[in-house]
Amino acid sequence: MAPVLALEGISKRFGAVQALTDVDLEVNAGEVVALVGDNGAGKSTMIKVIAGVGPPDAGRITWEGRQVTIHSPSDAQGLGIATVYQDLALCDNLDVVGNLFLGNELTTGGVLDEVAMEKRSRNLLHTLSIKIPSVRIPVASLSGGQRQTVAISRSLLGEPKIVLLDEPTAALGVEQTAQVLDLVERLRAQDHGVIFISHNMVDVMAVADRVAVLRLGRNNGVFDAKATSREEIISAITGATDNAVTRRQRRLGE
Amino acid sequence: MSESSIDPRLVVREQGLTGYLGEFQRRVKGGELGALPVIIGLIVIWAVFQSLNSQFLSSQNLSNLSVDIVPTGLISVGIVFVLLLGEIDLSAGAVSGACAAVLAVLNVNLGMNPVLAMVCAVVVGAVLGLIHGFFFAKIGVPSFVVTLAGFLAWTGFQLWVLGPNGTINLPNDGFIAGLTSTYFAYVIAAYGLAAVAVAGFLVVSLVGNNRRRAAGVPSRTTGDIVFRTVVLAVVAFGAAYILNLYKGLPLALLIFLLVVVGTDFVLRRTRYGRMIFAVGGNIEAARRAGISVALIRISVFVISGSFAALGGIFAASRISSASQATGQSNVLLMAIAAAVIGGTSLFGGRGTTYSALLGMLVIQSIASGMALQGVSNAIQFMVTGAVLLAAVVIDSVSRRSQKAAGRA
Repeated sequence: MAPVLALEGISKRFGAVQALTDVDLEVNAGEVVALVGDNGAGKSTMIKVIAGVGPPDAGRITWEGRQVTIHSPSDAQGLGIATVYQDLALCDNLDVVGNLFLGNELTTGGVLDEVAMEKRSRNLLHTLSIKIPSVRIPVASLSGGQRQTVAISRSLLGEPKIVLLDEPTAALGVEQTAQVLDLVERLRAQDHGVIFISHNMVDVMAVADRVAVLRLGRNNGVFDAKATSREEIISAITGATDNAVTRRQRRLGE
Repeated sequence: MSESSIDPRLVVREQGLTGYLGEFQRRVKGGELGALPVIIGLIVIWAVFQSLNSQFLSSQNLSNLSVDIVPTGLISVGIVFVLLLGEIDLSAGAVSGACAAVLAVLNVNLGMNPVLAMVCAVVVGAVLGLIHGFFFAKIGVPSFVVTLAGFLAWTGFQLWVLGPNGTINLPNDGFIAGLTSTYFAYVIAAYGLAAVAVAGFLVVSLVGNNRRRAAGVPSRTTGDIVFRTVVLAVVAFGAAYILNLYKGLPLALLIFLLVVVGTDFVLRRTRYGRMIFAVGGNIEAARRAGISVALIRISVFVISGSFAALGGIFAASRISSASQATGQSNVLLMAIAAAVIGGTSLFGGRGTTYSALLGMLVIQSIASGMALQGVSNAIQFMVTGAVLLAAVVIDSVSRRSQKAAGRA
């Protein structure tokens, strides 16, 4: 079966900087793919390509086997790609329901249908086993982890097939990180494809099925998370496996 | 998620009166004061002035008060919209004066039908608001500066429209003057309005609550709804009784109440209102949710301009003339002060149009009470300034305790 989302040979250049060169990435349904790399490796550029914020200069994107173009965020959303950015962009003054449905409010006869929205919010949070004191309190009063789960839940209202999480655990404490990782596993169990971008190797190894490493804008290996040690992945990130010596050896071997 | 088991962390109050008191305490501690400070303030102000002069709470004075709040109150409704975005409109007073001038020239000098002239005046206000909104949202000039420029420019426009005389008198028995001098003398009018309001509130509450119960989401107890309805009934029928002791229900007050209820409905119950709150809360979140931030900003300034024009029309109606003084002096500051005193936050994202009504009641009560005492303008300004400062202090302090309680 074709992967839900496949990117092949993606290249992107910003002026003099070649941010991505010939990068491939595949995501299947019910799979968590971690996208890791050092600063400047091209993670953010990849997110922008997938989310439709910054279309690639070259490369093919296929969605469930057919070739597509993603030129704008609404293209991506239309396909079924939901993106949760690092800065969650929640409205502190609105309650949880208001934030979940922001921009997609349910109405009856032009009037907001608060009851239907509240019911759906509760059901959604329930299926994700998210614990929030009340869906009617302002988001401002939630903890960092709860805010993150609200932001992720918000992305799920459109029933996406791929969820793109940009550094979801970066600003969180231990307990809250565990909440978010639990949520990622539940997304996988519900057959969503998850792209998980993170700096934190512990988090990555905890939830990822495959780990795609970017280095200096190129693919530097895709690893099976269960069969690979953390050290191997870190060496791929830092380039310990890819330096002048190894490249020379490869050239000589060819 | 079983509805019967109560998560101890749930912020749901206990049943009964003790639950009510507990909820009240929690809210006060958490800094969620709502309209409480302004209502307490109003009661204190009324008690003080009544003890100084027994005429203060007379039906005539209160009836006049209810009409006096309307012109600036209407401007204040528009200001609430702008404040919800976290912006400011300094031009509202000048726009109201300019539109009053346009109204007078069209109606008196050019003999236009008064209704048509009013429509034209409101359209002019909307266009002026559109200009502010365009420069703010599209060009990126801070709203403070745009509307300050507007304040100067539209004041000049007002003087130019009025011409060399500077004052245009409206016919005393005309339609426009009638806006603020018409009273529904039949007692049934005021009582009927009170009855409709109370019954409407009760029906909406019960129907909404039944839907909530049917959907299995938290709902109010019937006792709670009855309590709220009784409070509303006491206020509504009390006001109707007092108005009927004088000339009856003033048309201007009726219009103002309809405007406040209508705009509150738009803000809280429609997608458009939700968008305004979203832009006022977090612009980036609003943008990512697909909301056109520029469009919302422009529309809000159009609304502000339109309500300023409406306020100008009622101001002209109240004194049966449009002059160089209409909308000048402290009208703008009173409109902003009313919104803030009523509980709308200066920091955006928090507030209701009811604050225009409550805030204007406070300001006009002070003005009226002082006038009865024969206190000079100088003292009046100082007292109103102190009340405004107190309101902003309450806003700031309650925001701080909201933050401490994790609710801001």
